[in-house]
Amino acid sequence: MVNDIYYKRKYIISIIIVSVVVIFIIRLFAIQILDETAPEKAAKNAQLTQIIYPSRGLIFDRNDSLLVFNHPVYDVMLIFNEMGKNFDTLSFCSNLSISQEEFNERTQQIRRQKNRGFSKYTPQLFLSQLTKENISRLQEHLYLFPGVSIRKRTLRDYTYNSASHILGNVGEVTSKELENDSYYQIGDYCGRDGIEKVYESHLRGIKGKEILMRDSHGRIQGSYDNGRLDEPAQMGEDIQTTLDINLQMHAEELMTGKIGSVVAIEPQTGEVLALVSSPYWNPKDLVGRNRTKQYNALLKDPQKPLLNRATQALYSPGSTFKLLQALVCLQKQIITPNTKYACSGRMSTPIRCTHDHGSPVTLVEAIEQSCNPYFWCAYRDLLQKDGYGNGNADFKRNYKEWRNDIISFGFGSTFADSDIPQQASGSIPSEKLYNKIYGNKGWKAITIRSLSIGQGEILVTPLQLANMTAVIANKGYYISPHICRTSKDTTNRIHHSTIDSVHFDCVQQGMAQVMTNGTGKWYNVQELQICGKTGTVQNPHGKDHAIFIGFAPQDNPQIAIAVVVENAGFGSTWACPIASLLIEQYLTKNISRPELYNRMSNSYPKAEE
Amino acid sequence: MNKRNNIWQHIDWITIAIFLFLTLFGWLNIYGAEHTFEQTSLFSLSNRAGKQFLWIGISVVIGCIILLIDERTYDILGYWLYGMMIVLLLITPILADNVKGSYSWISFGPISLQPAEFAKCFTAIAIAKYMGKYEYKMRNIKDLFIPFILIILPMFIIMVLQRETGSALVFLSFLIPFYRQGMSGMIFIIGLVSIVLFVIVIKFSIIPAIIILSIALLVGLIAIWKQKKIYRLWAVGAYLCLVLFSSACNYAFTKILQPHQRTRIEVLLGMKDDPMGAGYNVNQARIAIGSGRFWGKGFLQGTQTKLKFVPEQDTDFIFCTVGEEWGFFGSSIVLLIYLYFILHLLTIAERQRDTFSRIFGYCVVGIFFFHLTINIGMVLGLLPVIGIPLPFFSYGGSSLMAFTILLFILIRLDAARINKLH
Repeated sequence: MVNDIYYKRKYIISIIIVSVVVIFIIRLFAIQILDETAPEKAAKNAQLTQIIYPSRGLIFDRNDSLLVFNHPVYDVMLIFNEMGKNFDTLSFCSNLSISQEEFNERTQQIRRQKNRGFSKYTPQLFLSQLTKENISRLQEHLYLFPGVSIRKRTLRDYTYNSASHILGNVGEVTSKELENDSYYQIGDYCGRDGIEKVYESHLRGIKGKEILMRDSHGRIQGSYDNGRLDEPAQMGEDIQTTLDINLQMHAEELMTGKIGSVVAIEPQTGEVLALVSSPYWNPKDLVGRNRTKQYNALLKDPQKPLLNRATQALYSPGSTFKLLQALVCLQKQIITPNTKYACSGRMSTPIRCTHDHGSPVTLVEAIEQSCNPYFWCAYRDLLQKDGYGNGNADFKRNYKEWRNDIISFGFGSTFADSDIPQQASGSIPSEKLYNKIYGNKGWKAITIRSLSIGQGEILVTPLQLANMTAVIANKGYYISPHICRTSKDTTNRIHHSTIDSVHFDCVQQGMAQVMTNGTGKWYNVQELQICGKTGTVQNPHGKDHAIFIGFAPQDNPQIAIAVVVENAGFGSTWACPIASLLIEQYLTKNISRPELYNRMSNSYPKAEE
Repeated sequence: MNKRNNIWQHIDWITIAIFLFLTLFGWLNIYGAEHTFEQTSLFSLSNRAGKQFLWIGISVVIGCIILLIDERTYDILGYWLYGMMIVLLLITPILADNVKGSYSWISFGPISLQPAEFAKCFTAIAIAKYMGKYEYKMRNIKDLFIPFILIILPMFIIMVLQRETGSALVFLSFLIPFYRQGMSGMIFIIGLVSIVLFVIVIKFSIIPAIIILSIALLVGLIAIWKQKKIYRLWAVGAYLCLVLFSSACNYAFTKILQPHQRTRIEVLLGMKDDPMGAGYNVNQARIAIGSGRFWGKGFLQGTQTKLKFVPEQDTDFIFCTVGEEWGFFGSSIVLLIYLYFILHLLTIAERQRDTFSRIFGYCVVGIFFFHLTINIGMVLGLLPVIGIPLPFFSYGGSSLMAFTILLFILIRLDAARINKLH
């Protein structure tokens, strides 16, 4: 080209063009290769991980009766953006049987909420936990209401209105649980109290997840990667409890209107057959929309129904403790079955006898008649067998040994290898305690004489009493009481008491005679071979508590039971008949004394007689 | 008859092949950008990919028609075409509806066209005609004045009356043919210095800008002290101009620019972090492209694309789809093809034997280069968000037809160059 002096400028232009593209490619390299955060950000943008909740494991009784199951409830969800201008609010409300005002109030509430989850494009909870009946009309006409969907969830339901304490219930997780266990998310449910709490990790199952894609408006656009990364939920394990629901329900019925507890154990296995704390409530009350209201009502009740008296309430064992005194003294060779002590009835010192019987009495007769002086004398002889020694050392050593013997029956601490929640440990007073109260040398056998008949500083739970009964029934050992049979711990450890099995025969004999000749004779059922012992616990705050422990049949014990009725006076009038009826029910599946049954379940002890 | 045969023999098929590749690959990416979960046909007119296919068809027909038109038509009718275009641009805001704040779309039943997109074609012809005159000399102030008027007039109408900043800025691309024809390179250096000064003033404040300028003046004066006195005067003059410019920038930025434009610039300069607001597009574009990694997620597999996280993803931000679905590999290849394409057009421009054709060729090079730079620079977060399409790639009939017209006029001119010997 002629006269083109700027010919070389094409190179400059080319260089500029090449440089720009090179800069772009370097920038692409930086964004796409060097920056590794983008895929993560992209995933956060586009993926919505939705949790699929597993259904909770079922709970059965020992005979495979279904106790706890899940029932579906329905939430009504609204997607505001899809409802449109022509949404027929009037018809929608009438299908749900709510008023227009309620509708307006609720929708405004959802929109007002400063919840991060609010979006016009995603389902918002409008009404929760509706029943099948509430929802059926809407379900039929759902096609008329764009943007309305129904979400199914499950709540706990109960076959029997029974065993509320031991089954526990299900409630929303607390912030503490959220912190401690990454399984939970806000709004999740988890077991509260009882089996639901103890076996939470078995019952809850494994959550599944579904990864959905959402667009820039938060609208769901189907599953991510054709659901390749989705995980199905795994249903929670079923739990078989050791409860016998019939026994449990009869026990609850008999405890109606009374304050107290019933604990029944299968002696050979330690399986808890029934565990009642009265007053109790209907487990269905703590489910669903009324849960909070009902729970608060229970919390405020002056009778403290939420307290599980069977495992948490502490009583002195009263006369039932005499059985242990007998066993320890036999073991320590202080007495033999033939040893006799004199009883002066009401004139006896330092402890008078409240029962009318001959004198002197043998051990079996003493148990039968619940003779106070007999056990005081035996106890005194036990503690003083080596004298007091220097600084009461010998006495204290014997006291310590006695205490260890008592503890070997499961007293003074919780059952560590048991799955029963909320156990109180109770207390068998230690040497230290008395040193503190009376000074190092200030206490002797006479000082602690109340212990001989199960009064004083000894505190036990009804569960421990039932376990003690099981030890006697088993002639020397127990397996920690437990409420569930799980695949993992089928064989619980055997705990041996310090007492040789030979010594149990005469104690059992005494207990059998309690039922035939003694304090329990009005409520005996001959063919059941019931062995029992009543107890009346002095209560400084009011009327005495009635206690009964027993097992049956004597030659092959199937059931060991402890019954405590608070403020009921003599053990023989309230606790013994209840135990007798329950033993009969369990062993024969029959109530042969319906009048007694009705009388016991329909009456309750007066505060003062 | 003889002559026409000649022309068909000399058509540059490489350019046409690249044209077809870019339009068809762009069309696939529009389909990808629009693709959701209901599968729709590539050809259905109910979606943009289908419409784009129709536009590609129309463009090919227009290209063929242009190849049949005698190339001397443009030289002869140049000013008439330019004049008609200016009239059309003036009428447009009267007929147009407000579309996202701009008045540049004229509807003909179901289709809408944007006359501003075509304006650059006719401006290019007019400039080529004026500057191609035999007696034309770039160094002459008067000769510079007319071409500047030719580009400033449509720029002004489009920016002020139609409110289409992006389409108006494209006219700056004519500085490239001006430069090739002898315009002083100082303009670019001054432009570059201005941009740097602008950034310093906006990002920091006017004081560091003045300090830097003063130091530069001092160093400059010492360097040229021994030279003629007039240079020193020039230096002081330039210094004063730049100080004035800095304060003007400050004033313009705070008082003249719209708040949203101000925010865009602030976000670009990293002064503001606003991922949900003004920075949303850029941030989402970066995530979409970045998530493609080396090989990309594959055709139709881009989640960010499918789920519409990047706004305007089938038009101005179409390159995000390329980045996400074809990865670094595919994006680089696309950029390299653009590079080859523009350099090839430059070669074509250079081989023209008449000045008109060469200047027109440079106009085409400038326009494509400018579009590529601004569009990709914006998508990659290197330049502020200015809405202009990526040639042949972005969805849109007007821009595709305008680019086709530009390209095919050049091909026709190139094919006919052999006749210029006679």
